Amino acid sequence: MTRLLVVAEIVDGAVSPLTAEAVSAAASLGGDVILAVVGPDAGALAAQAAPAGVTEVVTVTAPGTDRDHEQMLHAVAALVADVAPEVVVAGFTIRSTAWAAALAERLDLAFVPDVVSLTAAGGEVTAERSIYDGRVRAEYAFPTGRPVVALVRAGSWPPAEPAAAAATRALEVDLPPSRVRAGELTRPSGDVDLTGSDVIFAVGRGVGSEENIAAFADIARRLGAGLGASRPIIDAGWLPAVHQVGQTGVTVKPKVYVALGISGALHHLAGMQHSKTIVAVNTNEDAPIFGYADVGAVADIHEVAEQLQALL
Amino acid sequence: MKVLVCVTQALEVSSYLEFTPDGTAIDAAFVSGSLNEADQNAVEEALALTADDGEVVLVSAGGDEAEEALRAGLTMGAHRALRVALSPAELADSRTVAAALSQAVADEQPTLVLTGVQASDTGGQSTGPALAAAADLPWATVVRSLASDGRTLTARREFEGGVSELVQVDLPALATVQVGANQPRYGTFKDKMRAKKAEIAVLTPVDLPTPRVVLTRMSANQAGGRTVQMVQGGPAEVAARILSIVREVQ
Ligand SMILES: Cc1cc2nc3c(=O)[nH]c(=O)nc-3n(C[C@H](O)[C@H](O)[C@H](O)COP(=O)(O)OP(=O)(O)OC[C@H]3O[C@@H](n4cnc5c(N)ncnc54)[C@H](O)[C@@H]3O)c2cc1C
Ligand SMILES: Nc1ncnc2c1ncn2[C@@H]1O[C@H](COP(=O)(O)O)[C@@H](O)[C@H]1O
Repeated sequence: MTRLLVVAEIVDGAVSPLTAEAVSAAASLGGDVILAVVGPDAGALAAQAAPAGVTEVVTVTAPGTDRDHEQMLHAVAALVADVAPEVVVAGFTIRSTAWAAALAERLDLAFVPDVVSLTAAGGEVTAERSIYDGRVRAEYAFPTGRPVVALVRAGSWPPAEPAAAAATRALEVDLPPSRVRAGELTRPSGDVDLTGSDVIFAVGRGVGSEENIAAFADIARRLGAGLGASRPIIDAGWLPAVHQVGQTGVTVKPKVYVALGISGALHHLAGMQHSKTIVAVNTNEDAPIFGYADVGAVADIHEVAEQLQALL
Repeated sequence: MKVLVCVTQALEVSSYLEFTPDGTAIDAAFVSGSLNEADQNAVEEALALTADDGEVVLVSAGGDEAEEALRAGLTMGAHRALRVALSPAELADSRTVAAALSQAVADEQPTLVLTGVQASDTGGQSTGPALAAAADLPWATVVRSLASDGRTLTARREFEGGVSELVQVDLPALATVQVGANQPRYGTFKDKMRAKKAEIAVLTPVDLPTPRVVLTRMSANQAGGRTVQMVQGGPAEVAARILSIVREVQ
């Protein structure tokens, strides 16, 4: 490879940690790594945003928020025209998935999301994805020779170390106004802070009903543990959103995480897989969560809850 | 208002699985399919938006198996369904899928196109935005709480960490519906019978782009990375073990 374009992700005015992983992924292919920074303060951000391995930083000053996917699409399209990369790399996130496949469609590029491995040999790029709850590894080739847009999964490459700022230049782009009008922004609020808990008991859809949650809340309280939940529990209105662990909830790293009746979907794992010890209880011995747990039990969580209450 | 909902069959695989001889697909004996979870939410959202007046049309790109997803959506109450014929190789590239689906959009001229946020089996989260670009519609992703006055669509977009943003786009537009956005209705037995007999129009797409992505090989994978130690015995042993692990760190 000769030229690789990494698109930095900006969240709340800062470059997200996943960007350094995307830089690693691109650098592993060999070649010049050009980091693109798009946003209102792109110039200022560029000064901090140069993980080791970046050859050049290109900034695009754009007025919209970091959630404006149409603006990102136009900015990255201009960057692709300017840099002429063979591979475009960005993190696989809600922000990037909003523009990346649309960009590939507009520019006639190959596209692959949620990539866990990338290689380049003899000018040919190969990507691997982990699908079907991680049970299958799939390999992809890009036979048409068009540049490849690859979105990389968090945790799949070690983040590139921070380094001194690289050479920076600004690219002027004429950005059409976005057709998406943004309104009120809501942030989670509440008196529960799971990130401070050493021990978390988390319930999933296996809990069955709202009434059944009381027993687990009681066990958590008596053990001084936090009460977490998977998303369906919040969607059903059984617990407030502050209890939700996962990609669109909180990310936790307790000493012990006990997953009760949780299958282990990627979006849930994103919020808890770095816990020190993970315990999983599930009636289904095939549940993907067991692949991410240190201690597991094929058991009914209600029966386990009864026994726990008896012991406390 | 006419809502076109893109639906697909999501596959579940057993923990032991085998692949087809060419190694590019899972042997059909080891998979079962059902209407993708997020697509159920999308169909529900469409039915709610058109409750007073309107039509819900379903479209799925694929072979005969795609009709199962369509019939499941018809059972929920959608009015019509069409299938865009696509081969498995063409389905591997979200761009080809989007190009095929955009022909249904051109034919139907819907006010709103909905997709699910993701296919739960392969989780690409990309067909919606690709289709929006192919059909030249404005779009919003990972939305819930959809509302429309017939000219605009208002919805709440979700982001990582519990952040959400209210967004508005002029119609026609496309939105990808978040899993759990609503409680999908079940059809009755009668609905199911009606869906079983429903005529499904088949559209043969023309001038599809060559897939730029080719799935070359599948292999079985050990998910995770930790080695799990299973607790033997009944619930009492499991409870005792959990307590001892918790007490050790307190
Ligand atoms: C963009 C996006 C963001 C998302 N963000 C999040 C997020 O932040 N957090 C999150 O959790 N999810 C999130 N999701 C949803 C995620 O994909 C899964 O749908 C969700 O995590 C599944 O929750 P679950 O494991 O509780 O339910 P299920 O997958 O339905 O699993 C329930 C489990 O309980 C077991 N079970 C049933 N009864 C019992 C019993 N009596 N005893 C023991 N076990 C039992 C079953 O075997 C099963 O494994 C997101 C999805 C998308 C598309
Ligand atoms: N073959 C298909 N036919 C119709 N719709 C599809 C197809 N594949 C994906 N979709 C839609 O696109 C959404 C996201 O899929 P994906 O990009 O594969 O995660 C799904 O929830 C469906 O609504």
